[in-house]
Amino acid sequence: MSAVVVDNPEQGISARKAIAPSRGKRPWTFYVLASLFTAYVLALYGPMFCIYILSFQDVRGGLVFPMKGRSLHWFIDLFTQVRTGDVKGSFDRSIKLAVIVTIITVVISFLAGLGFRRRFKGDSIVFYMMIGSLVAPGLVLGLGTGLLFQALGLSPAWYSSALGAQLSWTLPFGVLVMFAVMSRFNNAWDEAARDLGASRWQAIRLVMIPVLAPGLVAVALFGFTLSYDEFARTLQTAGSLNTLPLEIWSMTLNVTSPSLYALGTVTTIVSFVVIGVSLGSIVLIQKKRGAQKIKG
Amino acid sequence: MRIERGDIELAGVCKSYDGVVNAVDGVNLRIADGAYCCFIGPSGCGKTTILRMIAGHEDPTAGEIVIGGHNVVGLPPVQRRTAMMFQSYALFPHLTVRENIAFALQVRGQSKAERLRAADAMIEKVRLTQFADRLPAQLSGGQQQRVALARAAITEPRVLLLDEPLSALDEQLRVQMRQELRRMQRELGITFIHVTHTQLEAIALADLVVVMEQGRIKQAGPAREVYAHPRDRYVAEFMGGQNVLSGRVAKVNGGSFLLKQGAREAIEVPLQARRGIGVGDTIDIAVRRDDVALVRPGASLPPGCGTALPSRVTAIEYQGYFVKVMLDTVPDDEFVAYVPEKTFFADPFNVGDVVLATWVADRARPLA
Repeated sequence: MSAVVVDNPEQGISARKAIAPSRGKRPWTFYVLASLFTAYVLALYGPMFCIYILSFQDVRGGLVFPMKGRSLHWFIDLFTQVRTGDVKGSFDRSIKLAVIVTIITVVISFLAGLGFRRRFKGDSIVFYMMIGSLVAPGLVLGLGTGLLFQALGLSPAWYSSALGAQLSWTLPFGVLVMFAVMSRFNNAWDEAARDLGASRWQAIRLVMIPVLAPGLVAVALFGFTLSYDEFARTLQTAGSLNTLPLEIWSMTLNVTSPSLYALGTVTTIVSFVVIGVSLGSIVLIQKKRGAQKIKG
Repeated sequence: MRIERGDIELAGVCKSYDGVVNAVDGVNLRIADGAYCCFIGPSGCGKTTILRMIAGHEDPTAGEIVIGGHNVVGLPPVQRRTAMMFQSYALFPHLTVRENIAFALQVRGQSKAERLRAADAMIEKVRLTQFADRLPAQLSGGQQQRVALARAAITEPRVLLLDEPLSALDEQLRVQMRQELRRMQRELGITFIHVTHTQLEAIALADLVVVMEQGRIKQAGPAREVYAHPRDRYVAEFMGGQNVLSGRVAKVNGGSFLLKQGAREAIEVPLQARRGIGVGDTIDIAVRRDDVALVRPGASLPPGCGTALPSRVTAIEYQGYFVKVMLDTVPDDEFVAYVPEKTFFADPFNVGDVVLATWVADRARPLA
């Protein structure tokens, strides 16, 4: 009996240690993992920053380091010189295409999410068929789409064949994200809405969409960014007018000035604006809910 | 058609999800208007399915569900004038307390001012005025339950269906909210149907307790009847508080019979209303745990006690106002005596002591 009494305080102390590790010294593994992470970040962003930095050279600028002067010359060049290619037109097309892809992806992913809440006959076959196009090589899929359009006697264009080819890429992603989002949706919310007299449509409009809004924004973000920089599937399907990634690619072949880098910088800024707006709206939704917390 | 009464009749209600096994298997039950009815049973016994069928969230495979004299099978929940309180409440996470409660009025197309006024009145009734602008996630479990109750009650239902309403709460709050449910039921004057797997909850609340097993009703009746006079071994063991012994009938006298258990001493059991007991039958009997008295060997039995089964104490648990003494009286089943605290500590037993378990002869009851 006495042994137990003596043991107890010691056990208490060791247990406390295990729960709250001391903040003083970090284990060596921390430094190993931290340097690994630093190397990863450098490898991830280093190449991109090379491009951004080189795009701010002056008129003497070349395609490699060292940096020659500082100016916005190549950005002006990008939008004024015809020889650099149809930057503005391809940018317009890419944005329009990305918006259409986003809308279709969000709507169909949402509906698929609704449909897959319950198991149905052949559901796994439908699911794998959807995911299958993720595995298919993009170039081959694009080529096939182009051939199919040719065989049907249709001329490929960014708003028809390229749209379809891009959807084969964004839809599976959208649906997968939607499944993750839906897994956190409690079906009892839907049932409660129906129990309180809401119609099918009212339940979707007043309960499902608002609750799922952050997830839907995430799906939209996926759709937009995947479409905006899609290359492989678009290459053979865009027809005579290029989208932005195709334009950049063709410029790498014949433009030998830093305006190519300037274009890289501009498109990156656009991407970040889109991501910023999306994340901002998610934060806003949550903040709106959080603000009521403080008020209450 | 407007349903004005909350009396419910289930007639031959069956539900099968796969066409082979009946999750609910031919349930017949009548629940009076304004009654508090508890369905109780282990998980998977079909109690929640029955609730959902009454609510209109599932359709029965066969049978009729009659509310206030109208067969409601196929009608949506609103037309049944039922409202459901979901397990873990299913409050809309993006709406405030006020908006949650006003939801039913919103979908009916009431103007914003009108429905918020009605919601505020309801909020006052459930004493949540200071929390009206909060989101569900910012409320405690008990407050969430009140919101769920208010949200359901604003539709002026005739029947309120509650799916394990207290399971999300901690022990103390559960007892408190239990009383609140009963108070609300009296105030609203409507039928409550409450699904639970907690015996104490059922007998504390219900006018009508319905014990279920594998899709069938095992016993339905007032709480005291189900607890004190279980019909069979299943109900006795599920409701608790009973020792169940089985044995073979050795002899039938005028008003009683003798039950023999292997080499053990015969137990005398009054026949009561049970008929058709013959010598040689194997039957179960029940003795309430608080009817069992323990005496030391050699001491005289209390008056009225006939049977005295020698047993060894296997464990003792102090429970506050009584002491739970576990005995090895019967080989396979547990046998427990609830001894009042004062009686126990006047002459305490230890684990391993040999005692005689006895009871007043007419307290033993034959089971079906």
